[in-house]
Amino acid sequence: MSGSSAAISLEGVAKRYANGTLAVQRVDMAVAHGDFVSLLGPSGCGKSTLLRMIAGLIQPSGGAITVSGGAGPEALGFVFQEPTLMPWATALKNVRLPLDLLGVGRSEAEARAAEALASVGLKGFEASYPRALSGGMKMRVSIARGLVTRPRLLLMDEPFAALDEITRFRLNNDLLTLWEAQKFTVVFVTHSVFESVYLSRRVVVMGARPGRVVADLDVAEPYPRGEDYRTSAIYASHTRDVSHALHESMAA
Amino acid sequence: MSDIVGPPLAEKTFAGLTGEGWVRIVAPAIIGLLALAAWEIAVRVNAVPTYILPGPILIAQTLVKDWSTLAVSLGITLQITFAALIAAAVLGLLIAILFAQSRLIELSLFPYAVILQVTPIVAIAPLIIIWVDDVRLVLLICAWIVAFFPILSNTTLGLNSADHNLLDLFRLYRATRWQVLWRLRLPSSMPYFLAGLRIAGGLALIGAIVAEFVAGTGGRASGLAYRILEAGYQLQIPRMFAALVLVSLTGIAIFLALSLVSHLLLRSWHESALKRDKS
Repeated sequence: MSGSSAAISLEGVAKRYANGTLAVQRVDMAVAHGDFVSLLGPSGCGKSTLLRMIAGLIQPSGGAITVSGGAGPEALGFVFQEPTLMPWATALKNVRLPLDLLGVGRSEAEARAAEALASVGLKGFEASYPRALSGGMKMRVSIARGLVTRPRLLLMDEPFAALDEITRFRLNNDLLTLWEAQKFTVVFVTHSVFESVYLSRRVVVMGARPGRVVADLDVAEPYPRGEDYRTSAIYASHTRDVSHALHESMAA
Repeated sequence: MSDIVGPPLAEKTFAGLTGEGWVRIVAPAIIGLLALAAWEIAVRVNAVPTYILPGPILIAQTLVKDWSTLAVSLGITLQITFAALIAAAVLGLLIAILFAQSRLIELSLFPYAVILQVTPIVAIAPLIIIWVDDVRLVLLICAWIVAFFPILSNTTLGLNSADHNLLDLFRLYRATRWQVLWRLRLPSSMPYFLAGLRIAGGLALIGAIVAEFVAGTGGRASGLAYRILEAGYQLQIPRMFAALVLVSLTGIAIFLALSLVSHLLLRSWHESALKRDKS
């Protein structure tokens, strides 16, 4: 992890939709290589729009976005709020999809997809169809798909919002384990203060109407973070700071 | 409805069917037998002449007696129905794919598909008879026109209802148009296509029969509709009923066969083919 040069840099990024809505006003931000950054804010603050602009799914209407470290599609992973799996394909085929689309040979794709599935704890579920999997397992498949190309950057759009708390905690820990092992950069959109403080090294708080950055807080606690961290005083104090920034943004 | 009498309907199976499965078969069968018995009794008690209303037993006898003639006609009707259904499935699918390639193409052509659909086939058939010499081909075209639309409209809807996030994901990995079609849009549209196919199966049969009523065939190469007309002219009402029974049975068989195809293709993943979890 170099930390010095930016993995993503946003300069004056703005997005105005065709109907005139200003979704993102003006965002200047840099994300360091290997960092874990949460974008936190109320609904309508443009955090998902910002994430999709970084992914290249939406074009900004102003400013510039630079994603360093190879512009190739394999350098990027994206995890949606819903698992977004193909219901007609097995878990393995779902995970294999990015490799298939990128033209990786069948046997190699198969092996790498199986490896990715195993890395999210789903060894043995290769032949399962999504309907046979629980919500948490489907999300694991989705994460495995996002990571199967070994991306440098993983973008996650409220991936655990629809899961129950116990499953969410477990997936939080597993995500951190993967992140520490594979050293990719994460931009994680969430509306949960607790989740952002637990996961990330840096929390960027956004305000709504128009979407903009209102606070940028460091959570400089060491990893691995476990259940002890979740109940520690330092965790509580970070949560208080982030909460405070979030409420200020909404009051303004 | 009060409590269901009899063995529990839950998970017990007999000869491969659950309790409810048996009820599903046995209950309508009993109703059917009762109705047939009532019909036979009514005909006999009132001494209804056979040229007004034959009893079911006489109809069954006629079906056996005239089988050689009726079987040939059934074969012809089946040929036309299936040829029309296959043509409708292939062309419906291909045109739906064409529509999915560009909104402009879809918007320009779809109204004409609708016009083709809403114009009654009996009104178009005489025109087709003028234009096309081969009577079999006339019947095929008419049956195709009727069967084509549900497949086209359903598949078009299906191709356009692919998950938006999955479309984004494909875009993220710079999938080609072909990859999006083959790996995402076509599988997404399968349930819709198959639902359209089920409707089209019945319609193809109706189209084949109606067209023959209008076009007529004559000679040995006649379908069931011509047998019905012919029997009507000759006041052979039992034979008319026998042909009618064959048409109905054919329709039922087509529906069941296509339902089975649909179930087999979708059973591993689609909600429509799944039993609800009982655990």
